[in-house]
Amino acid sequence: MTATISTPKSPKSQKSPGSPSLEDRRLVDAERRARRKRAYERPGVLTYALLAAFFLGSAFPLWWSFVIGSRQSSDTNLVPPAVLPGPNFLANAAKVFDTVPFLQGLLNSVVISGAITVSVVFFSTLAGYSFAKLRFRGRNGLMVTVIATMAIPTQLGIIPLFMLMAEWHWVGTLQAVIVPGMVTAFGVFFMRQYLVDVIPDELIEAARVDGASMWGTFRHVALPAARPAMAVLALFTFMAAWTDYLWPLLVLSPRNPSVQTALAALSAAGGQNPDNAMVLAGAVLSVIPLLILFVVAGKQLVAGIMQGAVKG
Amino acid sequence: MTSSTLGRPARSDLTFRQKVSRFDYAFSPFLYVAPFFILFAAIGVFPIVYTMNVSLYDWHLLKGQGDFVGLENYVSVLSDPFFWNAFGNTVSIFLLSAIPQLVIATGIAALLDQAIRGKTFWRMSILLPYIVAPVAVTVIFLQIFNQYRGPIAGLLELFGLDPIRWAFDVLPSHIAIASMVNWRWTGYNALLLLAAMQAVPRDVYESAAIDGANKLRRFWSITIPMIRPTLIFVVITATIGGLQIFTEPKLFDSRTNGGGDRQFQTIVLYLYELAFPRRDFGQASATAWILFLIIVLVGLISFAITRAIRTADVKPARSSAAPVGAQQGES
Repeated sequence: MTATISTPKSPKSQKSPGSPSLEDRRLVDAERRARRKRAYERPGVLTYALLAAFFLGSAFPLWWSFVIGSRQSSDTNLVPPAVLPGPNFLANAAKVFDTVPFLQGLLNSVVISGAITVSVVFFSTLAGYSFAKLRFRGRNGLMVTVIATMAIPTQLGIIPLFMLMAEWHWVGTLQAVIVPGMVTAFGVFFMRQYLVDVIPDELIEAARVDGASMWGTFRHVALPAARPAMAVLALFTFMAAWTDYLWPLLVLSPRNPSVQTALAALSAAGGQNPDNAMVLAGAVLSVIPLLILFVVAGKQLVAGIMQGAVKG
Repeated sequence: MTSSTLGRPARSDLTFRQKVSRFDYAFSPFLYVAPFFILFAAIGVFPIVYTMNVSLYDWHLLKGQGDFVGLENYVSVLSDPFFWNAFGNTVSIFLLSAIPQLVIATGIAALLDQAIRGKTFWRMSILLPYIVAPVAVTVIFLQIFNQYRGPIAGLLELFGLDPIRWAFDVLPSHIAIASMVNWRWTGYNALLLLAAMQAVPRDVYESAAIDGANKLRRFWSITIPMIRPTLIFVVITATIGGLQIFTEPKLFDSRTNGGGDRQFQTIVLYLYELAFPRRDFGQASATAWILFLIIVLVGLISFAITRAIRTADVKPARSSAAPVGAQQGES
């Protein structure tokens, strides 16, 4: 879990050039330059062809569901497969809303994912800041606990969690999905790793000398500095909550679903003979919110993953 | 509150403001970590620990706690052929997804780790599937891997091949489910590996090139050994994720719990079937703990294997690989 964290700050250079070795000197200057250049060479057509092929593979299923979702079910049979959208997307989408409470599902998922995101980001920043920059008894021990619990698949606790929800009469309500997602060990770890480097200790001392309260220091020093990491954590938390299926399936009712349980119900609705165009239109509708997020913040997603922001 | 004030002004000398400030300074750090620990204890730790308690009783979804039965639930799960069937299916799907995924992700990362044009576009393009939720992935792939209709059936027909019974036969269903996992995660893992590749100091490649090592040689002897920590990380997360696969096999045939003959029932699906359709919380909890132990075990094994592979082919680049490896390992 820690393996990818340090990549951005890896040493620029491991070896010092030193004096040229015997072997180096034997090489003609021109040849050396040519070989050196080869290591940096712009890649050839093959690279782009392979990347394009991979991109087509990545995009095809999504594009194809939009194509079929905008046509009629029998078009799934076409050989070669249909590649251009038809005129029926809105009609199919309307059928989606008639078949299952899809709009309710979308709204519920916005509320659930939004609430979980706010909660995770807030509590993670608060705890992460404390672990990164404040001194208190037992800090290291507690931090080790956080790291150790990060690897625990909390999904395995669903049975007692379900019993808890039943006892509190929360089954069927949104808080049954929200509350179990309110904090993650990963979030705390992630914010701590970010803040430990980004806020100079002197800044916090200075704030204290100037008479700032602890809360004031958190608000005016830590929060502004934490903003970029908070955004990345928010992005990934929202996505994880939006795409979750098992837990909402257990605690939400079909009448008050999340977007995922609604889509699953839609897919099962047709029995042996599902209306494929409608089901795929539903799949596209369920993806649109994250697709917008991807268009707006795709760069941050990529950067977040590459900085080791997410734990699979 | 009773912390010693030796060597400092006596308490009475402090103004009220100073006292408040001292209290603030001493207790705020705890206050800031407390919400996390309290909530996490309630929603993360307690359920897992309590699962152990439930697993030791006869425990029915509706009737609640019954007699204490000791390890009987564990015995019945471990002697249930359906459990071992689910175990085999999970391992099979995991291998069919983890291996191709790792190989392709490494290849894509290597392609991206060049001076390509449109870097941002390509990086984003491979991440596209990641934003599609597993439910949507399954719904879409259900149409693609359809025995009679859809692109693959059409393609097979074109070549005069028999239709494949994706939802009925063991291996085809595993391949279809593994494809869903691969489609969603390969690009994501490629980005992780790319990040690791970019951390390899460029002058290592440069000196290897000057010494006459070709591209392939540089890849095997420099890149692979130097991204080992990330490879291990990817393998372990893929393992933990792969052993808990639920959504794809559940929805691949949503009327059943992993196929009419349980031909693609995974362990979590087995757990789900025990807990909800069959209402046996005791055995389901035992399954959860068994799965937990399996995850820990397999995580350790993947770690050992990846390490062994590394030791076998690292010799040429050992000296330069060590510092980066060490640096990536900590932090």
